Amino acid sequence: MAGMVEVKHLTKYYGNFLAIENVSFEVKKGEIVGFLGPNGAGKTTTMRIITGFLPPSSGTAAVAGYDLVDKSRQARAHIGYLPETVPLYTDMTVEGYLSFMGTIRGMNPKRIKARIADVIDSCRLGDYRKSDIGKLSKGFRQRVGIAQAVLHEPDVLILDEPTIGIDPIQVVETRALIKDLAGTHTVILSTHILPEVSMLCSRVLIINEGLIVAEDTPKELANRLQGVERLEVEIQGPRIEVMGVLEKIRGVLEVACSPNGSDQNVYKIQARRGLDLRPTVSRAVISNGWSLLNLQLVSMSLEEIFLKLTTSEEINV
Amino acid sequence: MRNTWAIAWKEIRGYFTSPVAYVVALIFVALTGYFFVRSVDSILSGPNFPEASLRDTLRQISVFILPWLAPVLTMRLLAEEQKMGTIELLLTSPVRDWEVVLGKFIATMVFFLGALALTLWYVLMLAWRGNPEIGPLLSGYLGIILYGGAAISIGLLASSLTSNQIVAAVVSLGILVLLTFLEVGADQVTGVASTVVGQLGMTTHFDDFVRGVIDTSNVVYYVSLMAVMLFLTVRSLETRRWR
Ligand SMILES: Nc1ncnc2c1ncn2[C@@H]1O[C@H](COP(=O)(O)OP(=O)(O)OP(=O)(O)O)[C@@H](O)[C@H]1O
Ligand SMILES: [Mg+2]
Repeated sequence: MAGMVEVKHLTKYYGNFLAIENVSFEVKKGEIVGFLGPNGAGKTTTMRIITGFLPPSSGTAAVAGYDLVDKSRQARAHIGYLPETVPLYTDMTVEGYLSFMGTIRGMNPKRIKARIADVIDSCRLGDYRKSDIGKLSKGFRQRVGIAQAVLHEPDVLILDEPTIGIDPIQVVETRALIKDLAGTHTVILSTHILPEVSMLCSRVLIINEGLIVAEDTPKELANRLQGVERLEVEIQGPRIEVMGVLEKIRGVLEVACSPNGSDQNVYKIQARRGLDLRPTVSRAVISNGWSLLNLQLVSMSLEEIFLKLTTSEEINV
Repeated sequence: MRNTWAIAWKEIRGYFTSPVAYVVALIFVALTGYFFVRSVDSILSGPNFPEASLRDTLRQISVFILPWLAPVLTMRLLAEEQKMGTIELLLTSPVRDWEVVLGKFIATMVFFLGALALTLWYVLMLAWRGNPEIGPLLSGYLGIILYGGAAISIGLLASSLTSNQIVAAVVSLGILVLLTFLEVGADQVTGVASTVVGQLGMTTHFDDFVRGVIDTSNVVYYVSLMAVMLFLTVRSLETRRWR
């Protein structure tokens, strides 16, 4: 089966400003894909194109097989969308608003009623169903925004920074809600929060300055981008000699150590990718009669990868 | 069509929860009452009205009320959606652009018809004290409804062009004042120009209605004005989507 969301060579100019360039990706049914990138990377722009709010300058986007330009309305019928700014009608009550949104998404009154009860429950809006949206706090508006996005049980959910501005408990609940949707629904969410991506997403797209710079599972991404393996070893022994021995081990690229005056030092070793040097290093230390005090693999956190991806100029993935 | 009604209903409710609408309705009643009393000020001096008709009142509604009433009622309909960003969720739902425009138009028409219904009170008074002709009354009301519809569609177009309500109101007020006084302007020029300018004016096509004549060309004028304005509003939304 073709992807639920298919984006091909999307490019978008705002006037002369190139916001995204040649963005292509595909999301299969049931996948949760994270869209990760710093401010101004083009996440919102891409999502606005996928939801049919903005036209692409070139390239195509399709949802559930319907092109967002030629068959825009059919495509939109499959989408639930939480825009970044969470725009709501402030003069309506929560219930009235949800009912209106349900109607314009073609739900029948009976289903609207049942689903409103569901989403009010799952988004913990029970105490506010009759409140004016204009009087709700930012976090509660965010919940209403999420409630309207999932109300009609859309095939594809587009969530632009869904957990921003809500309290930690609600963040956990929202994530659980999104996680629950996996399998039956297809979700694309944008975020700055890295743990959120590894927690929720089966795949990550990293976008920077309008270009997709990496795409993989959170785990694979970490492996692939690591480039080098890093080891931290604490050794008791003469520093210069230890350095010399470590540097000669096959696969070691670099050894760094800031001397602390004693002969008990921490050495940072960088090795070629895919090599686990722990056995070799420990044997070398022991056979020289030094003491191995500590030895650990340092894996790069997603945060670092993210920083690296979006700051480094020469990334070829 | 279901979307249209949903949008219309939402806006109608919006009117009834907004103080602006009540103030507007109050001013409408006060002004029409004043126009009515003036047109029949011999009400106290004789047993019968000198002329049992609403001719002058309807004329004055068209000239002195609709040019500001339509802008005030329509200014926020699309401008506010753009300013608050709610248009993003509206246009990304599976609604057609014309359904949005028609829904908003219907809502304002309903409000206008409601306000107009208040003037039926004057008809009752006419019938009580005099003997009004039913024909001109009916055609007069048809005329004012068409006139109002055209004015409202102009207001809606202006509201689609900007995210600033005040700008929208000023633009539609300007257009309506221009179209209202084109007839006067037509007197300043001669020949074909005069006819053309006069025919474009909104008041030119109104007199027949209050005199009891329903001329097809007049109906066509208001209906096409409305259709063109609503069409342009839909296009304006589309370009917003496809810009
Ligand atoms: N309507 C617009 N007109 C002109 N430029 C725009 C417009 N919308 C966005 N941009 C520009 O396009 C670029 C991408 O913006 P976009 O909102 O897609 O980024 P983002 O990844 O969502 O950022 P953030 O994390 O801050 O939400 C930015 O440089 C922004 O200034
Ligand atoms: Mg954004």
